[in-house]
Amino acid sequence: MAISFFSYSLVLYSNKNYTYQSNYDHTKAIDGQLVWQKYNCQSCHQLYGLGGYLGPDLTNIISVKGKDKQYILAIIQSGSKQMPVFHLNEQEKENLITFLISTDASGTADPRTYIKQSNGMIYKHGN
Amino acid sequence: MGINLHSSIGRYYLASALFMLVLGLVFGVVAAFNYIIPGFSQEYLGFIQLRPMHVSCVMFFILMGACGCIYCGLQSAQPDTISKPLAYMQLVIWWIAIIAILFSYSQQQFGGREYWEFPPKYALIIAITWVLFLVNYFIAATKIKKWPVYIWMWMTGIIFFLFTFLENYLWEFPYFREHFLKDLTIQWKANGSLVGSWNQMIYGTAFFLMERISGERSTAKSNLAFALYFLGLFNLMFNWGHHIYTLPTESYIRYVSYIVSMTEWIFLLRIFYTFKSTVTTARKNYYYFPYRFLLASEVWIFFNMMLAIVMSIPAFNLYTHGTHVTVAHAMGTTIGINTMILIAACFEFFMPHNEEFAKGSKVLNVFYWMLQIGLLLFWLSLIIIGIQKGIWQMGAQTTSFSSMMQSLQAWFYVFVSTGIILMASLSSLAFILLHAFLTKKKYLHF
Repeated sequence: MAISFFSYSLVLYSNKNYTYQSNYDHTKAIDGQLVWQKYNCQSCHQLYGLGGYLGPDLTNIISVKGKDKQYILAIIQSGSKQMPVFHLNEQEKENLITFLISTDASGTADPRTYIKQSNGMIYKHGN
Repeated sequence: MGINLHSSIGRYYLASALFMLVLGLVFGVVAAFNYIIPGFSQEYLGFIQLRPMHVSCVMFFILMGACGCIYCGLQSAQPDTISKPLAYMQLVIWWIAIIAILFSYSQQQFGGREYWEFPPKYALIIAITWVLFLVNYFIAATKIKKWPVYIWMWMTGIIFFLFTFLENYLWEFPYFREHFLKDLTIQWKANGSLVGSWNQMIYGTAFFLMERISGERSTAKSNLAFALYFLGLFNLMFNWGHHIYTLPTESYIRYVSYIVSMTEWIFLLRIFYTFKSTVTTARKNYYYFPYRFLLASEVWIFFNMMLAIVMSIPAFNLYTHGTHVTVAHAMGTTIGINTMILIAACFEFFMPHNEEFAKGSKVLNVFYWMLQIGLLLFWLSLIIIGIQKGIWQMGAQTTSFSSMMQSLQAWFYVFVSTGIILMASLSSLAFILLHAFLTKKKYLHF
């Protein structure tokens, strides 16, 4: 069983079956994820439903109508009733936005895009 | 058995664990107030700090509690084999790490990920303490002949905790951050198995306590005990994918996790099968507090297992993922199962072993029932909040997220109120146990 586990782990580590989008700077996106961690955004927000539940899921926030880059930066800089003000420098803002572009490009977090099968399994529309 | 655990290093770990429990409860309640009073305490300690403080304190409670139980268990099974210098060094380094981590949160210094939000450099300190623990464990355990199941479970838990804890930091290598979905898959593989690893340590403790309470050595050496151990280990290794059913990652991960998660029905069926003998034993040992808390954990295993199995079915998971049903599961298992077992262990190692004391403990009785009822209402409120959010997220979403959260305010008040009851009852139990520890009365006799 241990051998199966370690083999499974290695398969996952070495998997290269993920598609890479080209509409953003990958280096900035990777740095942007570190900005996300630095300011502990996950304490209140989720990505693909994973994280804290005080705020909304932000996986696809960048492509929501009316909530573009400027909107997101405005919320970060001014805060809200529930959200504190964050003092990101210009590079951090750029990187964080690119990270959110990358999460949006990775897929949709909307659970309604899944179809339920009678055996309890789910699959994506079009798969 | 006549083993004196009065000077066991394990007791110091258990006392440290109880202190972390109280801190975790306080941070949790203050954090929860943010659900009913937006921006509560933001000027001093905002939710962004309180959540990781709460989570880290609770995790340190479980981990130090597990260490304490294991050291006491090893001392009981094979006296004077633990290396005390190593164990004390481990404890001191743990405390250095905890103080550094809590201070960093208070200063809004983060950098880590879910469960481990502190600056990653402190992870090295935790890894060092764990290596010391692993070495000490093998120094002692290898001297024990014919290992009962709990020695296997503790060993498994310790090894897998180290592996998954290090796996949690693979993101530090750029290779693992190349693609977001792969990164998230590996992160939740690590997190899922990490929880399984400390469950091995805690459930192993439950087996150890049952053996001591019943006086029957066969409890921990039976084929059934080992079958349950292997089933738990199988789930630890392969069911973690139920955390990421809705992540657009490889579909085989979903299938493997679904199939493996469904084997947990066996645990549920075992509870039904042994129900009659559980009731008979309960009647016999009811007044004995370590047993009573173990019995409580059995009841909570039943409730939480039912919920977990439903959540592990992908079609239902669409409704529960990203909602407070997940929180109900996390807290229900952490408090209802792990905490009950650790409190049982603290009673076993700190308090008198006689029926007169137990029957006369009206105060303990009150806190015991306050905890059970408070936890039930707390758990139910989270499930109700989660179901309502789930219906919203799977529906037309005609209202905004903030409007949806506003509509749940009444249930958030229930959540916070029952959280306060939990804090009061658990803290009171912790203070009573800490008092027993600090007054150093010789309660330890067998």
